[in-house]
Amino acid sequence: MQRSCFLINLHSAARGQLRAPAQSPWRTAGRAARGALHVAAAEKKQKLMWEALREAVDEEMEADPTVCLMGEDVGHYGGSYKVSYDLHKKYGDLRLLDTPICENGFMGMGIGAAMTGLRVIIEGMNMGFLLLAYNQISNNAGMLHYTSGGQYKVPVVIRGPGGVGRQLGAEHSQRLESYFQSIPGVQLVACSTVANAKALLKSAIRSDNPIIFFEHVLLYNVKGETIDGYCQPLEKAELVRAGRDVTILCYSRMRYVVMQAVQQLEKQGFDPEVIDLISLKPFDMKTISDSVKKTKNVIIVEECMKTGGIGASLSSVINESLFDYLDHQVIRLSSQDVPTAYAFELEAATIVQPEQVIEAVHKVVGAPVPA
Amino acid sequence: MFLGREFEEKCAEMYYRGKMFGFVHLYSGQEAVSTGVIRLLRADDYICSTYRDHVHALSKNVPAREIMAELFGKKTGICRGQGGSMHMFSKKHNLLGGYAFIGEGIPIGLGAAFQVRYRREVLHDESADQVAVNFFGDGTCNVGQFYECLNMASLYKLPCIFVVENNKWAIGMNHPRATGPSYGDDDPFIYKKGPAFGMPGVLVDGMDVRKVREVAQEAVARARRGEGPTLIEAETYRFRGHSLADPDELRLKEEKEHYQARDPLPQLKKYVLDTGILSEQQLAELEASVRDEVEDAVKFADESPKPEKGQLLENVFADPKGFGIAPDGRYRYELPGFSSGTAAVS
Repeated sequence: MQRSCFLINLHSAARGQLRAPAQSPWRTAGRAARGALHVAAAEKKQKLMWEALREAVDEEMEADPTVCLMGEDVGHYGGSYKVSYDLHKKYGDLRLLDTPICENGFMGMGIGAAMTGLRVIIEGMNMGFLLLAYNQISNNAGMLHYTSGGQYKVPVVIRGPGGVGRQLGAEHSQRLESYFQSIPGVQLVACSTVANAKALLKSAIRSDNPIIFFEHVLLYNVKGETIDGYCQPLEKAELVRAGRDVTILCYSRMRYVVMQAVQQLEKQGFDPEVIDLISLKPFDMKTISDSVKKTKNVIIVEECMKTGGIGASLSSVINESLFDYLDHQVIRLSSQDVPTAYAFELEAATIVQPEQVIEAVHKVVGAPVPA
Repeated sequence: MFLGREFEEKCAEMYYRGKMFGFVHLYSGQEAVSTGVIRLLRADDYICSTYRDHVHALSKNVPAREIMAELFGKKTGICRGQGGSMHMFSKKHNLLGGYAFIGEGIPIGLGAAFQVRYRREVLHDESADQVAVNFFGDGTCNVGQFYECLNMASLYKLPCIFVVENNKWAIGMNHPRATGPSYGDDDPFIYKKGPAFGMPGVLVDGMDVRKVREVAQEAVARARRGEGPTLIEAETYRFRGHSLADPDELRLKEEKEHYQARDPLPQLKKYVLDTGILSEQQLAELEASVRDEVEDAVKFADESPKPEKGQLLENVFADPKGFGIAPDGRYRYELPGFSSGTAAVS
């Protein structure tokens, strides 16, 4: 199903012209090392990320009556992070379906409904809860277009809040990308800004592929602007900052951690290139390889676990296909392979901090390159 | 029913002759359930099956040729050779698929039923009165999805029918060894879980096609009227092991003989002859035509071409953009080699 939609031309986008609206200057709020970031309030029509996501759902539901949303507390309660706030009043209880607490059951129900003609958004109240639905996500969403010989499509968006929040404890602070990335037949998309959150979710809803869509608990209140009618390609990375010393690949909340580090690095005379992967599966190899060929250095910054994570896959692909261009081995800054502790200090030590990014750039690039 | 039996027995023969591989679970003995329920349904009703799905597909009018070709791993198979014995899908026949893990098909069937209600109430499609029938076994009645879906079917009043084919054995686990007795009984009765979830629960002799049909009629009518789900427990038996790889050492000879004596096929034959629905000669002709159909299916499957390597990368994504962007900026599916199955896709 293709509707008219302002889709950026792939070839111009691939040349690095696809950029999120200006979101600088970044500044830290509260705990400098790890706080959520806010953009300057000077820009017009500022909105929060949850509002942008809600707009995406609302617009797509209005445009296409087969679009529906199901999950725990998505209806009357409005979603645990307000992404469907009050939409049930507009669309009714069937289109904003409050489900019982049974992830495997409602995940399968959403997939069955998608196979038979609906476009279903399935919310995990916390993405971690979807581990309970892993069987349906892997065996059904991922595989059955293939096993049915192409007969059935599964146009579902599986989305919800994930990542390490603020002292939520191990089970609510999971980094699920690594679990989902090896499922064949699904695409993994991680939004990071107000603009891309809305534009990517709209594309995900319109896609005929099953999309696992990562939102981050600490980014729902990030501010920014959206672009009316814009649908962003799901497969395309975003160039956040052009530079020439080193390519820093990141996604989701780590984009902000990296940009905090970049503020310091700029003062020190470094010129890093920052790319937000957006598509965690498949990787946008055009944007990645163009950048690596230019800077010859790569640092991957992720919230995912180091073992079997997104960075592990990305590092392998870069080593396999871009080895000859590298001046330094690929550096991976990942979360520690431990459950996320409750205590502030231990939690902070589990995930990557800006200082580590600065240190890694120093290590890879050496002395700042004079302009 | 006869087609189902002949087809399955031919599968055993072909499996032992090395024409098909993997796990093949045969339905012989249980035909009255598939026929009794599915032959009652309309073409636009949905069914959802398990790993023991060949005969459900046949009952839903999926051609025997295409099922056999799928089992032979040929490109003319119903899923182009990409599904196999446990994954028979036919969108054309609203067969939602065979699901190989216990219980995972139940929410899928429930989703089809949800879609029917959605189409009726949200899209105002008055023709939306289809029902969705889920088939599964006694072993599945101890898994979470079963209970989750009984609850949601009842909660949302969905046109969903749950048919438990209780053949007493989950591979080597005898039903009463796996399931606690229902309240007030010495044995477990699955149908009694229906009322606990707000729906009728019905026990039926699953070796008698007429009795199954009668019970199914009631459930289908109720679902079409918008009155919600029904749980049917059909007492049945498989005449073969769990799969063709199962040595079948645990089931007692006496038990097998007991159910063999209740074989649904001779019962039905006797009925159609006694009532004069068919003459001996008509019955013989019918049987001959079924045997011809199965032979034709084998011939078709045998002579069909194998999948080409180019098929490898097809159907992974409905939208091939899902393979992503290559270093040269093109989507990978646009690369040379993609259609021959040799492109790198990760």
